[in-house]
Amino acid sequence: MEERKGEIASRRRAYRQLLRHKSAVIGASIILFFVIVAIFAPLIATHDPRDADIMARLKGWSKEHYFGTDKVGRDIFSRIVYGSQISIKIGLFAMTFSVSIGTLLGTIAGYYGGRLDNGIMRVMDMMLAMPSILLAMVIVTILGQNLRNAIIAVSIVYIPQYARILRASVLKIRELEYVMSAKVIGASDLRIIMTAVLPNCLAPLIVLATLGMGGAILDAAGLSFLGLGAEIGEPEWGAMLNENRALIRRAPWTVMTPGVAIFLVVLGFNLLGDALRDVLDPQVKT
Amino acid sequence: MLLSLFGVSLLVFFMVHLIPGDAALIILGERASKEALTELRKEMGLDKPLYQQYGKFLWDLAHLDLGRSFKTRQPVIDEIKRYFPATVELTATAMGFSIVFGIGAGIIAAVNRGKFWDYTTMFGSLAGISMPIFWLGLMLIFVFAYTLPIFPSSQRLDTILDLDIQHRTHFYLIDTLLAGNFAAFRNAIWHLILPAITLGTVPLAIIARMTRSSLLEVLNQPYIMTAHAKGLPKWVVILKHALKNSMIPVLTVIGLEFGYLMGGAILTEHIFSWPGLGSWLRAAVEARDIRPIQGGVLFVATVFMTINLIVDLLYAYFDPRIRISEGK
Repeated sequence: MEERKGEIASRRRAYRQLLRHKSAVIGASIILFFVIVAIFAPLIATHDPRDADIMARLKGWSKEHYFGTDKVGRDIFSRIVYGSQISIKIGLFAMTFSVSIGTLLGTIAGYYGGRLDNGIMRVMDMMLAMPSILLAMVIVTILGQNLRNAIIAVSIVYIPQYARILRASVLKIRELEYVMSAKVIGASDLRIIMTAVLPNCLAPLIVLATLGMGGAILDAAGLSFLGLGAEIGEPEWGAMLNENRALIRRAPWTVMTPGVAIFLVVLGFNLLGDALRDVLDPQVKT
Repeated sequence: MLLSLFGVSLLVFFMVHLIPGDAALIILGERASKEALTELRKEMGLDKPLYQQYGKFLWDLAHLDLGRSFKTRQPVIDEIKRYFPATVELTATAMGFSIVFGIGAGIIAAVNRGKFWDYTTMFGSLAGISMPIFWLGLMLIFVFAYTLPIFPSSQRLDTILDLDIQHRTHFYLIDTLLAGNFAAFRNAIWHLILPAITLGTVPLAIIARMTRSSLLEVLNQPYIMTAHAKGLPKWVVILKHALKNSMIPVLTVIGLEFGYLMGGAILTEHIFSWPGLGSWLRAAVEARDIRPIQGGVLFVATVFMTINLIVDLLYAYFDPRIRISEGK
């Protein structure tokens, strides 16, 4: 009971520190802003994001089209608003997928050690021996070129990071006394992992997952920019940049705003992730 | 290292084999006759069991034969030789740019800890890390190639100058010098600047952060206080006593960033129509040209692992303690 109280108190302290941390507040606000935009996209958007109006092509910023129109007369403001749905979805899905697989692999490797550990980590090292976007490109080629597969590719690419950090924390925690005592009592491996090991690995995982969400969004947009992600015409920010990049001289506004949107979302996650690292993990302060 | 290379070759080989579609069909097209297809499959060894194909792949690899591209009909190894120098020129320039400015910014931030310049550099570096470089590249082109026409927006050399140059090494900076053509040399540097800034921004930001935190740690050490107490000028203490000792974590980051650069080069080369390995690989992926994908990915992984090895060796230079403990 005492212990539980202490845990709650330390958690409260962490929240309070976080609220006082400037970059945490700014980062969280940016993320929250885009989440709200994504949820209320149909109410905020002024036009249909896929609706082409040939009569109004390549118009600059105006009251009718806040961010102007692209080469087939689609409203860029509305496309960016709807694009936030796609980006948030990419971030959430990629993070959930790679965190769960990475946690599973890292825990198994760290907890059981030996050959299993060796085998898993070797594969992870091999994946890390290739630049992530290159690996993602090859995976997209295997699966076929569309947005869903680009998200899957990005998720796979991020697995080794989580597996590595989990393994490192598990290795440390495995040797602690309370894990030993749990073993002596006769608790099953699964029980020990779920109740004693994993909850104590949470801090680095949360930090890495927050930073990873920004990274995943950035990488997925990069794939779309290379023409290996979202289909042409989809209101995805990276794809919008790719579609309009030839027009940069004639209509710079078509590439200005989608890039700013990507930048802001990623900045939000990085600010929050940095702050979380400060608060949760004072040892690895950078 | 050899073992992991073997592992990577296995991974690459099977991944490429998972790419759907019949390789022979892709080459000959939908309307090819059945006989021609069987013929080509036999020629390429696609009718053999997978382990035999892998064996042949390894055998050829040992002889530096990576097969031929379906599209251009050129040996993959020759294409790598032609395109890789462009990527090296680009990434090396980007790396130099990011190391010089990254360490510089890190020092400024650490020395002014908690003051205006610290916050400015640190916010700048966080912005740099969050930057979609494909967008940054486009904006640089818009500002410095179109609005203010200072730099060229694509290619490695103006076409007119390119005709005069003999491509012996495919490193344009070297080729132009060998030709004694200084106008072309300057032109090649001019072409490098925007892509190098684009590619170097993220590593610059990361190096700056690492330098700052590592330097701050060293500045707290007692021997630094001693140096100050001896009355040495501030900059001598920082540059001579502190900086070298704070370089190990920075070096690790620099090594890791090379991996990032190889990936970022794909995006940067796409923006600036830079005829390097990245553009070449992207084209291969788009055309599902199996041999170049296989060879290219393997090549990049090898380069990446070699660089990591070099970084490990450099540690010993910066930290004699490592040298001594390993010598025992």
